[in-house]
Amino acid sequence: MAVLTYREAIRAALAEELARDENVVLMGEEVAQFHGAYKVSEGLLEKFGPDRIVDTPISEAGFIGMGVGASMLGIRPVMELMFWSFYSVAFDQILNNAANVRYMSGGLINCPIVIRGPANGGTNVGATHSHTPENVLANHPGVKVIVPATARDAKGLLKSAIRDNDPCFFLENTILYGDKGEVPDTEEVIPLGVADVKRQGTDLTIVTYGRCVLHSLAAADILEKEHDVSVEVVDLRTIRPLDIDTVLASVKKTHRVLIVEEQKPFASVGSQLAYMIQREAFDELDGPIHRLATIDAPAIYSPPVEVEQLPNPQRVLKAALAALA
Amino acid sequence: MSKKAVPTAEPKDESNVACASQSSSAPINAKLLKEEKIELHRKMVRIRRFEERSLRAYQAKKIGGFLHLYIGQEAVAVGCCSLMGKDDHVITAYRDHGHAMAVGMDTKALMAELYGKITGCSKGKGGSMHYFAPSLNYWGGHGIVGGQIPLGTGLAYALKYKKLKGAAMAFMGDGAVNQGAVHEAYNLAALWNLPVIFVIENNGYSMGTSQERSSAGPGLAKRAEAYGMNWGTCFGHDVYEVRATMDKFLTLAREKHQPAVVEIDTYRYRGHSVADPDKTYRTREEIEEYRRTKDPIQLFQKKLLDEGVLTEALIEQIDTEAKAEAELAADFAEASPFPTPDDIQKDVYWETDNPDKRTSKGRLFFE
Repeated sequence: MAVLTYREAIRAALAEELARDENVVLMGEEVAQFHGAYKVSEGLLEKFGPDRIVDTPISEAGFIGMGVGASMLGIRPVMELMFWSFYSVAFDQILNNAANVRYMSGGLINCPIVIRGPANGGTNVGATHSHTPENVLANHPGVKVIVPATARDAKGLLKSAIRDNDPCFFLENTILYGDKGEVPDTEEVIPLGVADVKRQGTDLTIVTYGRCVLHSLAAADILEKEHDVSVEVVDLRTIRPLDIDTVLASVKKTHRVLIVEEQKPFASVGSQLAYMIQREAFDELDGPIHRLATIDAPAIYSPPVEVEQLPNPQRVLKAALAALA
Repeated sequence: MSKKAVPTAEPKDESNVACASQSSSAPINAKLLKEEKIELHRKMVRIRRFEERSLRAYQAKKIGGFLHLYIGQEAVAVGCCSLMGKDDHVITAYRDHGHAMAVGMDTKALMAELYGKITGCSKGKGGSMHYFAPSLNYWGGHGIVGGQIPLGTGLAYALKYKKLKGAAMAFMGDGAVNQGAVHEAYNLAALWNLPVIFVIENNGYSMGTSQERSSAGPGLAKRAEAYGMNWGTCFGHDVYEVRATMDKFLTLAREKHQPAVVEIDTYRYRGHSVADPDKTYRTREEIEEYRRTKDPIQLFQKKLLDEGVLTEALIEQIDTEAKAEAELAADFAEASPFPTPDDIQKDVYWETDNPDKRTSKGRLFFE
């Protein structure tokens, strides 16, 4: 196993898929000469040249739509959004065109596009740059939504997304880009829609994804050491398709559930999960499903307070104890 | 008030590209065989009769939603699409029936789509505004004003990336030119020298708002100058002129990767959609004046009569056949079954439509 940062793992996935399929192109703001706003694409221009690694103007509706059109003709564009927060200016292209074109054409047209970039709060950039739109995206049938928490998952899932024939939206995290993790030396393609039990436990299931997986694991350690509680942490990895079976299997083991998500609570990913768990495992539950989400307001700037607005290990700990009470 | 209150004289060709003669003597038209000229005429007549038949079906409540008729604009789609080679591609907005027929889609499947039937070109899932035929290089049929223009630019990007010598024609109405996505696409096309022609079908009204009430500046195509792009205008009631103008720009796109904006002057006789009572923003006299002096079918028919290509008997025959074809399409649509609720979740994901090739796990649909 090699130890790579989350950033390097994504870069490795891009490089491998660019080398594997000449129809793969990487496009976005600052991806080429600048080496990526977050340095994800560093070195790729030098390796693959300007036809494959393409700097775009600041023009998300234009270049995302262009990628959708190119994908209809067989290109496999990987479009980088500097922040997923900027999806709002390309909303029509992403969710009217990419998500609907297969359906409206009666299945005649495919749209094998990947749109990727960071989607997270916690970096003190205020409400406009801190959106986590996985719930909004996943609300649209026709699309796939992936939120990796670790370097290994980021690499293996991105490779799957690039090979997928449906539009895939890949949500990274600026705070995780520097996190190191083990990544297999041999090629690993992780299928979409398979959750990963990141920690085994018997008393409480935490269902989570993205950076909240790390918060949940940290809280689980404290719960074990200080409260003698055994927590199972289920990392969804993919929001749509959704591996609900792994979640339900864990619920059947622990009988208590806490959902942790960096989401505004209203109509969040957790809302959908809670509905499905109560619908499909009602008799397994020993108590109500609990949820810890982002505190329901636009993202606050103030650095120490933003930490408290988002899920963090202490908030997870508190929520877990409430769920166990 | 429209772009011009009452048509008086044919607008002169205006362009920043040296013009070929825009008449029957232009090389692209001079080389047309007699049968090809008849086919241009036949296509325009077929479109009109199809549209008239679909209007009757709508009035008989056989068709739901919106119905944006192409009647009056036939020379634009027919002229432009008649120039398509094997690597040329087309995308348009929601007034898409004319382009669909111009590229050769089957009228039975088109009418069945309007009726919401499983035999429709999109299996009853798209409706009037969402016709597609990728096998004919026809990429829709798009409902959001201007939203298809970045996609058309992407088609051109793919052509250039694959080193194919083709061009994309991205059609829009005069109401689309103020959408941000259109300007973003202009910039990308010019910046990267993409082989795309942005075709503005200027029928004078964005729904009920005239050009002069919606668009600033001296002209819609002229905005291309800001992006360093070629541009031109064209009298869109004459299919020969449409072909002559578009041929020039298509050649520049295919040969030199030069994008362009071409504004084609045209007119719709019907309201924006069938739901538009068409009583508030233009006069009956204006519509009648266009019908009387600039009808694309009448103008071309007269030219072909003068050339000795058409005869009165042949005109009659073509019209009779076009009406019969439209009637047959309506009969086919009427007799076809609707999709079933089981069809609702088909054609959503490639993976669920190809279950033996699926690589992902987990649920893709929710209750």
